[in-house]
Amino acid sequence: MHQLLQQIFSGLAVGAIYGSVALALVMIYRATDLINFAQGEMAMFSTYIAWTLVNAGLPFWAAFVITLAVSFLGGMTIERILIRPVENAPVLASVIVTIALALIFNSLAGWIYSYTVQDFPSPFPDRPILGALITTNDLGVIVVTLLMLALLFLFFRFTSTGLAMRAAAQNPISARLCGIPVGRMLAIGWGLAAAIGATAGIMVAPVLFLDPYMMGGVLLYAFAGALLGGIGSPVGAVVGGLIVGVTENLVGTYLIASQLKLTVALVLIILVLVFKPHGLFGTGIVQRV
Amino acid sequence: MAPILELRALKAFYGQSEVLHGIDVAVEQGGMAVLLGANGAGKTTTLRAICGMVRSEGEILFSGKPLKQRSSEQVAALGVAHVPEGRGTFVGLTVEENLRLGAYTRSRNPQEGLQRMYGYFPILAERRRQQAGSLSGGEQQMLAIARALMMTPRLLVLDEPSFGLAPRIVEDIFTIVERIRREDGVSVLLVEQNANLALELADYAYLIETGYVIASGTAKALSDDPQIRRSYLGY
Amino acid sequence: MTKGFAVVVPDRTAGGQYAGLSLGAWRLIGALVLIALAAALPFFVSNYHVFELTMVMIYTIAVLGLNILTGYNGQISLGHGAFFAAGAYTTAILMQRYGVPYWATVPPAGLICFVFGVLFGLPALRFEGPYLALVTLSMALAMPQLLKYFDNWTGGVQGINLVKVAPPAGLGLDHDRWLYLLVLAVLILAIRGAANLLHGRTGRALVAIRDHPIAAAAMGIHNARYKTLAFGISTLFTGVAGSLASIVVSYVSPEGYGMFLSIAFLVGSTIGGIATISGAIVGGLFIEFVPNLANDISDAAPAALYGLAMLLFMYAMPLGVVGSLAPLFSRLLRQIQARGAVLSGSDGK
Repeated sequence: MHQLLQQIFSGLAVGAIYGSVALALVMIYRATDLINFAQGEMAMFSTYIAWTLVNAGLPFWAAFVITLAVSFLGGMTIERILIRPVENAPVLASVIVTIALALIFNSLAGWIYSYTVQDFPSPFPDRPILGALITTNDLGVIVVTLLMLALLFLFFRFTSTGLAMRAAAQNPISARLCGIPVGRMLAIGWGLAAAIGATAGIMVAPVLFLDPYMMGGVLLYAFAGALLGGIGSPVGAVVGGLIVGVTENLVGTYLIASQLKLTVALVLIILVLVFKPHGLFGTGIVQRV
Repeated sequence: MAPILELRALKAFYGQSEVLHGIDVAVEQGGMAVLLGANGAGKTTTLRAICGMVRSEGEILFSGKPLKQRSSEQVAALGVAHVPEGRGTFVGLTVEENLRLGAYTRSRNPQEGLQRMYGYFPILAERRRQQAGSLSGGEQQMLAIARALMMTPRLLVLDEPSFGLAPRIVEDIFTIVERIRREDGVSVLLVEQNANLALELADYAYLIETGYVIASGTAKALSDDPQIRRSYLGY
Repeated sequence: MTKGFAVVVPDRTAGGQYAGLSLGAWRLIGALVLIALAAALPFFVSNYHVFELTMVMIYTIAVLGLNILTGYNGQISLGHGAFFAAGAYTTAILMQRYGVPYWATVPPAGLICFVFGVLFGLPALRFEGPYLALVTLSMALAMPQLLKYFDNWTGGVQGINLVKVAPPAGLGLDHDRWLYLLVLAVLILAIRGAANLLHGRTGRALVAIRDHPIAAAAMGIHNARYKTLAFGISTLFTGVAGSLASIVVSYVSPEGYGMFLSIAFLVGSTIGGIATISGAIVGGLFIEFVPNLANDISDAAPAALYGLAMLLFMYAMPLGVVGSLAPLFSRLLRQIQARGAVLSGSDGK
């Protein structure tokens, strides 16, 4: 029983990471009908930036904040310069562009920082607490993620920019008629998604260790989590990510370790989707004829 | 005084097809002009051209200054509030959120504007926290117009506001539009299929058919014209 | 954002004569010339290049399969690498375990992949868009794992080594050139088959289902049947390509058929023009040559160059090479036709 609880808690911690990245994916999807396949690699690259800053002597949280700011600006720039040209093309063109971005970021990271696996410092001392049910690191990850989600919620709910972004995502034409610069809202959305990804990367790097392939598995699980929750639902994304995290952990501990873990976890998720093809919180999209 | 809006030799295109073939329309300051015509004549296209939603050629002048080459959001920021066909409400957001969005270009604290709109449309005050998608057709139309008014526009562009609504509600809506026109000096460009109603309210009217203006004049002149009466007014 | 790519269908209705021949006649001549050139080509280049060109043709067939499913029918697949693998391993196992001659393994490989495709297409009916992407991606990820797991059939991590194919006696062809011509023959069959399918009723049904599924159903098109069929046909093509690949390379192993292959197919498809047939050739060329080129230019970050190439193609030609150029070509043809009509004084039909 004790081990089960332990696995559930550490599953929640990694699930919080998946949930964050899933949230970033859903944010961009809601605004553009596009899955940003580069989300993971962008997060990885941001983590390397943080790593560089920390190695240069900056205190952890200063590096964290600077990295978030840089990632935000980077995300906005990517949207404006790299995604904008295929905005009006069929979605598949944008898919190829994000795949290309993923390749580029991965390759650049390997080239600049090499493929050697690196240590990444955790701001939380790695001590088990709560009767050895959960480590401080895991608890810290959950807390940081919850804080980030709370800030995002407040932003979207209570600020006029947040409202404008929601409007632009739901109905860009009407938003324009209200004078909302939809393009800029889109760029801000990408910036926020990039910052969320950076947070996730920084939180997960101490555990997974930093190398250019760090976020590949995370992106896949986040994608699955977002779909499990319902691709249009931000709450669903987070919940889906948590479920995937716990499931992955439990499958790995009790069913089957090693490589097959991924296959089994995916099969389970897909089984759920067979019964709920739009995810747990997803509502079918009403098609107007 | 110069007209608040002037269209000169305006052509509009959907893709490669030319849909408007060079029309001239003017809306006087504080006046109400109506575009009449059958389905597919080009009325909505005209409104879309003004707001930068379709490709166009020719001149569009707003208060004497050219409006062409501007995006929809820039046109809106200049003071043109467009209530499109189908209302365009943000169905996933609440009534109050919809109204706040209307004020996006004006101020970040639209309390005053909100109170005014709730005054004009008490039903919206009642439903302020409801999802806009759950409102009835008439209520959504009121919401759409209120949202446009939150912008304190100089020109209100309405596309078929009476569509699908019961006559009583249409009356209410137009009463309010008239009131706002008188009190705030807002000019109105209206597209209506309900020709009778439109000619009663408007100062000036344009009859559009397959992309051409085939008749124009004061509302009274058009409604007195026997041919137009027979073709469009039904008597 | 538009949902699907417009289908590039040759304008069969264009009438008129060009220098005494109809458009259809010119098309046939053009095709025959191309085939003749393609058949002659291997005799003018080195063995290695012949091998590369053979792989181009194999990838073309694979990409053509994906075009049918994703381009014409709108069902995205990030998992076609798995079907490629299925075809490859079917051939390898039949050859090595059961001594089936290489050429006889191709139809069973295709058939098995067709059946797999239909079996997969049935549950896939429930999914669309990103959901289908995940399901197909999972297949691509699972395949190498499964191949390693069932190692007494598949040879596990080591894979299966095949005996190099001997060309038939008396033709004077060496190994590489014989296989090139064999694959060319299959490619011609594949293109002909795809064209017949896609330019006819079935193709129109597939496109209708892609663009307006509700209207299609209302018109009596049995969506589920066509979508499942599209899956099966698509995997048939890709499976045949995989089968040919294992014959040409004489080796199969799990690592060669992972996620990257599936993504490469999608990339090649889109860059060529996903709702086209001739775009598959561009796709095949891209898949075979661009990674090698990237490696040649930079061994520090070749993937970045590959990604850059993808970006450039997408910005310049978002509908794919053929998808973007075909409308221009059609317009050129129409202008020629109009000019010809004026010159000949006909009524410019």
